Amino acid sequence: MNASDIRTLAANVLAGIAPEADLSTVSETEDLRQALDLDSMDFLNFIIGLGQGSGISIPEADYPRLFTLGGLVRYLAR
Amino acid sequence: MADFTMPALGADMETGKVIQWLVKPGDTVHPGDVVAVVETHKGAIDVECFLEGVIDKLAPLDTDLRVGAVLAIVQGTGVATAAHMASAAAPAASALPPVSPMAAPVVNPAPVATAAAPMTSIRVKISPAAQRTARELGVAVGNLQGSGADGAVTLADVARSAIKSVAPPIDRHAARSGFDPAQMRHAIAAAMSRSKREIPHYYLSSTIDFGTAQTWLDAWNLQREPIDRLLPAVLLLKATAKALEEVPQLNGFYENGACRPSAAIHAGWAVALRGGGLVAPAIHDANRKTLAELMSALRDLVQRARAGGLRSSELTDPTITITSLGDRGAESVLGVIYPPQVAIVGFGRVVQRPWVVEGQVVARPLVSISLAADHRASDGHIGGQLLAAIDTALQNPDCL
Repeated sequence: MNASDIRTLAANVLAGIAPEADLSTVSETEDLRQALDLDSMDFLNFIIGLGQGSGISIPEADYPRLFTLGGLVRYLAR
Repeated sequence: MADFTMPALGADMETGKVIQWLVKPGDTVHPGDVVAVVETHKGAIDVECFLEGVIDKLAPLDTDLRVGAVLAIVQGTGVATAAHMASAAAPAASALPPVSPMAAPVVNPAPVATAAAPMTSIRVKISPAAQRTARELGVAVGNLQGSGADGAVTLADVARSAIKSVAPPIDRHAARSGFDPAQMRHAIAAAMSRSKREIPHYYLSSTIDFGTAQTWLDAWNLQREPIDRLLPAVLLLKATAKALEEVPQLNGFYENGACRPSAAIHAGWAVALRGGGLVAPAIHDANRKTLAELMSALRDLVQRARAGGLRSSELTDPTITITSLGDRGAESVLGVIYPPQVAIVGFGRVVQRPWVVEGQVVARPLVSISLAADHRASDGHIGGQLLAAIDTALQNPDCL
C-alpha cells in the first residue's frame, strides 16, 4: 500500500469508530487518541480495521508506533 | 390478556416515544422478543416484551407516553414464563403506580439468552461458547463461515461477524443513531441529583498491583490477532463480578426502605458517549462469562450504546455499576451510585509507579480502585471485603 492508500484506509476505519472526527484537522505527529478522543476500545477497533484493510498483522507491542498518522503510514507502508 | 406497557429504562426516565413497531396486530410474540423501538434520552432502545400471546392495539408512533402507559395488548397466556418471574434481578413489577417517574420497570428481565432464537432451525457446527455468544449478540450463525475443525463456527468467528456487522451501521439503527445531548444531560442530572439527595454514600479506595494481570494479558494478546485480544478492562470487569459472588450485599437494589440483593450479577458498564453523556447498560451474568465472551459483549455493548440499539433489559437489569476510565483517563474515580443500585466500583488508568515487592522498590503497573456504596445497605467493613476480593482475583488471572 502506498501512503495515500493508507490514509484513505485510516480515514475509512475511523469513520466507523468516530463518525464526527475530521482527520484533516489532525497533524502528522499528533496522538490520534488524544486528537480524536479515542478510548482503549476505539483504538483496538482502529487496529483491527487497519490490520484487516492492509493485511498486516500488528502485534500489541507495536501499537505505540501507530499512535500518530505519520507513524502509522510509515508502519503500514513498510 | 395482559398489557404491554412503557418500561422505565432506568430511574431517570419519565416518558418515551414509540418510533417503530417491529410487530403488527395479530402477530404472535414470545418472551424476550424485541417488539418496538422506543426513543428515550438514552437514544433509541429496542424494547423487549416478556409476554406470550397475540399482540394487538398498538399505541401510536411518535407520541410521548408516560412510563407505565399501555403500548399494546397481548392476548393469550399473558404471563411471563416461570423462569422470567424467578429471575432474581427482576425488579418488582407491581411496586409503584406506573405514572411515577421512579416506577419499577414493568418488564421482567429475562436471561438475555432467550432474546433471540432465529438460528435454531439451521444445523450448524458450533462450539458451545460461540453458540452462547452468538445468541447474545444476535449473530445469525447460519450465515457464518466456520474456521474451526470441520468448519465449525468458533467464538472468534462470531466475534468477527459481530464486528463486521457493526462496522457499517445496521439499517434499522442507521436512521436513529442519536440521542439528544440536552435531554440526556437533563436525565443524568435527575438521576444523579436523586442519588446525592437520597443515598448516603460512603467511599473506600485501594491501590492494586496490576503487574501479574498485565503479564498474563500481554502473553494472551501476544499469541492472538487483534480481534481476539483483550483489554485490561475485561480483567477488571471479571474480577469485580467474581468478587461480588463473595460479597453479595453490594450487588442489588435499595427500594422501599429495604435492601434487596440480587442473585444474578448483571454488571452495568459505564460507557461514555461521543459528544457527551453516559449510559451504563448491563452485561448479563458477568461472573459466569469467560474473558473472551466478556470482551465480545463489551465491544458489542459500546458499539450499540453509541450507535443505537440497546435493549430494554440491558437498561433495566444492572445490579451494580462499574466505571473504568481506560488508558487515557484520570488516575482514580469516586463514583455516584445509580439508584436504586447500592454500589458503584471505579477503576482509574493503569499507571507505572514505584511499589514495594518483597522489600524492594520496583516499578509496577498499578491501578486505583474505589467503591462508593449505599450506607443504608452496607457498611465500610463489607465494602473493604469487596475491594480485597477484587485484588485477590486480579492476582490470580488464570482463575478469571
